[in-house]
Amino acid sequence: MPLTREGIAYRIARDLPDGSFVNLGVGIPTLVARFVPPDRTILIHSENGILGAGPKAAPGEEDPDLVNANGDYVTLMPGASLFDHALSFTIIRGGHLTHAVLGALQVSRRGDLANWRIPGPRVPGVGGAMDIAVGAQQVWVATTHTTDQGEPKIVEECTYPLTAARCVRRIYTDLAVLRVEGEQLVLEELAPGVTVEEVLERTGTRLTVPDVVPIMEVPAEFAGIPLLAS
Amino acid sequence: MDRVVATCDEAVADIPNGASIMIGGFGPPGIPVNLVQALRRRRLRDLVLIYCGGGTEQDGIGGLIADGAVRKLITSYPTHPGASAVRERYLRGEIELEVLPQGTFVERIRAAGAGLGGFYTPTGVGTELAEGKEVRIIDGRAYLFELPLRADYALIKAYRADRWGNLMYRRTMRNFNPIMATAANIVIAEVDELVPVGGLSPEEIETPCIFVDRVVVVPREEIRRVALESR
Repeated sequence: MPLTREGIAYRIARDLPDGSFVNLGVGIPTLVARFVPPDRTILIHSENGILGAGPKAAPGEEDPDLVNANGDYVTLMPGASLFDHALSFTIIRGGHLTHAVLGALQVSRRGDLANWRIPGPRVPGVGGAMDIAVGAQQVWVATTHTTDQGEPKIVEECTYPLTAARCVRRIYTDLAVLRVEGEQLVLEELAPGVTVEEVLERTGTRLTVPDVVPIMEVPAEFAGIPLLAS
Repeated sequence: MDRVVATCDEAVADIPNGASIMIGGFGPPGIPVNLVQALRRRRLRDLVLIYCGGGTEQDGIGGLIADGAVRKLITSYPTHPGASAVRERYLRGEIELEVLPQGTFVERIRAAGAGLGGFYTPTGVGTELAEGKEVRIIDGRAYLFELPLRADYALIKAYRADRWGNLMYRRTMRNFNPIMATAANIVIAEVDELVPVGGLSPEEIETPCIFVDRVVVVPREEIRRVALESR
């Protein structure tokens, strides 16, 4: 069974080591914070000047001067720090974040990322995406394997405008975990009940498939949240 | 040395048509909403705004754009919900947009304030935002050259000020404000509270008074509640 959006986030959270400094993009990446194992300290960075962002504030408890980069009213964890945008992007561009988890419109076999703009008559807006994609030590993508229309999001070459070239290290989808290894995209893990053939069919580029592909260790649910799609 | 002016209208009274104006803020925190509303009442034309978002009706920046006061917006993320005025004007060809990666946006402002002639950044290499920009290879990595970004005016928001214009910020209110304070000819700060000179500890002053020209005090009841609760 493929993973739910929360399932993808759960799987990613398992791979963040204790002591990570992580920026989470909008969408599925935001959910990762919920699933950090309790025995690990992971500091969430937000572009607008937070290191150590906590969960959203309870209704009525919002501080009008405290939001994250999504614009959500959040809390601060003990040990959090606050700073201006210049320092925040010193952290980002200067290679100080250990990980960034970003959403994607498309990712290429070589790890090119397109996630900021759909061509057409729209207002362009990039935000911090390009800085984060070039700056974080490891860029991981969290995405559904295909679009809502069933088009592959993992492709030979991105057709959407690039965010950054060759920046993605790993891709976590509802079907699989993939690792960018130079010119090769390696199938690392399969979601429970998903076959290699299904993954290949829904991928728009060639994959390197090892003889044995492990199945992800993701339970059916976690704290009442379904992680596997029914 | 007294930088305090009585009203927001007075603080923005000399801004001319065609001025370039930085406005601080990210999300609601740190937007000098009352200064922006006063600017809107001026009914100016041909302004160049330097603001990270697209503006909303609530923060007044969307209102300025809807009024047709803005010729050009230099920005990073004008596509958030609520940024309807910029979307409508852009799609009708009535406003020019210069979209920058957020780190480049702030660093261009920082460079101007720091007296630098620009900088090389790895951000944007190989993307459509690199078009027309010089590429230089440094230690085997490609970088784009970016110019400093100055303005005639900066409208910023801080939490507390003294009469000299020393400023401190609260929570995520800093964002672009301390940086913009260094990069405009006239810097106007809207603050919640005024304290006596010496009432801010030197360590908590993030924007020293050397950068600030005018201070307007606009108390916020909401913030007073939160500040007291979190003490």
